[in-house]
Amino acid sequence: MTTGRPLIQARGLVKRFGDFTAVDGIDVEVSAGEAFGFLGPNGAGKSSTMRMVGCTSPPSGGELHILGMDPVRDGPAIRARLGVCPQLDNLDPELTVRENLTTYARYFGIPRRVARARAAELLDFVQLGDRADSKVEPLSGGMKRRLTIARALVNEPDIVLLDEPTTGLDPQARHLVWERLFRLKQQGVTLVLTTHYMDEAEQLCDRLVVMDGGRIVAEGSPRALIEQHATREVVELRFAAESQETFAGKLDALGERVEVLPDRVLVYVSDGDAAVAEVAALGLRPTNVLVRRSSLEDVFLHLTGRTLVD
Amino acid sequence: MVTLVLPRLVDVSAASRRSASVTERNVAALRSVYWLLLVSGFVEPLLYLLSIGVGVGALIGDLTLPSGAVVTYAAFVAPAMLASSAMTGALAETTFNFFGKMKYMKLYDGVIATPVQPFEIALGELAWAMLRGSAYSAAFLVVMVVMDLTAPARALAAFPAAVLVGFAFGALGMAIATFMRSWQDFDLMSSMQFVLFLFSGTFVPAEAYPAVLRWLVEVTPLYRAVHLIRALTVDTGGWSWTLDVLYLLAVLAAGLLIASRRMGRLLYK
Repeated sequence: MTTGRPLIQARGLVKRFGDFTAVDGIDVEVSAGEAFGFLGPNGAGKSSTMRMVGCTSPPSGGELHILGMDPVRDGPAIRARLGVCPQLDNLDPELTVRENLTTYARYFGIPRRVARARAAELLDFVQLGDRADSKVEPLSGGMKRRLTIARALVNEPDIVLLDEPTTGLDPQARHLVWERLFRLKQQGVTLVLTTHYMDEAEQLCDRLVVMDGGRIVAEGSPRALIEQHATREVVELRFAAESQETFAGKLDALGERVEVLPDRVLVYVSDGDAAVAEVAALGLRPTNVLVRRSSLEDVFLHLTGRTLVD
Repeated sequence: MVTLVLPRLVDVSAASRRSASVTERNVAALRSVYWLLLVSGFVEPLLYLLSIGVGVGALIGDLTLPSGAVVTYAAFVAPAMLASSAMTGALAETTFNFFGKMKYMKLYDGVIATPVQPFEIALGELAWAMLRGSAYSAAFLVVMVVMDLTAPARALAAFPAAVLVGFAFGALGMAIATFMRSWQDFDLMSSMQFVLFLFSGTFVPAEAYPAVLRWLVEVTPLYRAVHLIRALTVDTGGWSWTLDVLYLLAVLAAGLLIASRRMGRLLYK
């Protein structure tokens, strides 16, 4: 889509909490109709960025324009055109499923009749039609998530912000959410999401940035990132009891990069099958061999490291 | 001129519409169990009026007010019960319920993602608290008329005054609630509320206290509220109640301002 000015434009955007810098000068542009992802480990600054874009957290520095407006001065006008699905569901526990949507619609000044019609439509969309009169409490995690997504759509937003939309959901629920988000994307809705699921980013995002420690460490389409930061294929080798390092030394010449993990050795190569043949030619006998296409996960781990961050 | 004024007007109408949507949410959340709670808010001041106003009043006899008017003890106590029930009703909604919604239900975290702003949330919650408080006041005024503790015309004049009392305490409570850290802090508030209830010229005229104490009592908000409602329902003396009105309006404005500022700080993290 070519609509000129990007919907979201951030330059040198900073968010500080006291001495702690959560977002450390990032540049981001999101165009209309795009599905844009923020990828990164916990504490990378994804949620802080999302809250600034959602106009519920004033930036500490840098420039931010949403829909061509200033989030601090034009907060209400911008939020009127955003749909926000926060990381933690904050549904109204005193209302029913349906009322959660109709009441929320009223916050946007949507007439009651329209609100009722839209609530019914959205409940069907997220497959909660039969739970319309239930309270929120007894719903499963997946149902609450879907309801929160439906709520984010009640004002027919131009941009939908989804902060970890499928974290904590079982596979069925995740796929249902993905499918609904994909439909929205097809309808031309601009999606901005954060995730630490690589498959989610690969499935949904046209373009994404990888964040680490409040900074952007890589940017591009999922495909481009894989090409840029990983090889075409990855060979995973498991060896029997012996130390993996002794083998790894011999494998160095095989691929562009070799990574030794406690339980297996990863060899990044362009041709996996050829590499496996060479492994055999070297006289090595791994107990388990897996050749796979490299994924965003390889890129992610390469860029942000394997150390656990909380 | 039009371009200068029009955006402001649009702003005000949009803001009041958004505040109303917050009030509307509370109407939707109203459930049958809650009604029982509402009834208790009306019964409590009535029990005080009957036990102390009428019961103890029988032992005390009549009282002479500063203006020279002589009234029965029940007629003296009744306006104070009205004022303090307006206070209690408003505070219950804007402290406990408001705190719970903000801190535990995280209700406003969802609301601020919409065009609704903290000031509008405060106003909407206050309007809701007042719907509740006003219902108590109206019912209590009817009881006062039926028991011949005030005249119907005076009761009509006292109603908006009771609403103002509720608004002022509601705003004050909301401001206080934004400083609360946990439910324990509310015990302190309840104690303060009870002290006000006992000593704000409710059961004993403030004139009966030593000068310093009397001065202290007369600057408390509940005293001003009692003074206002008593002036309108039983007393005849002077215009000093206009001071009460100004005082309560100031409390209302300050409370709302502090509450919305604090909410902005707490919510727009």
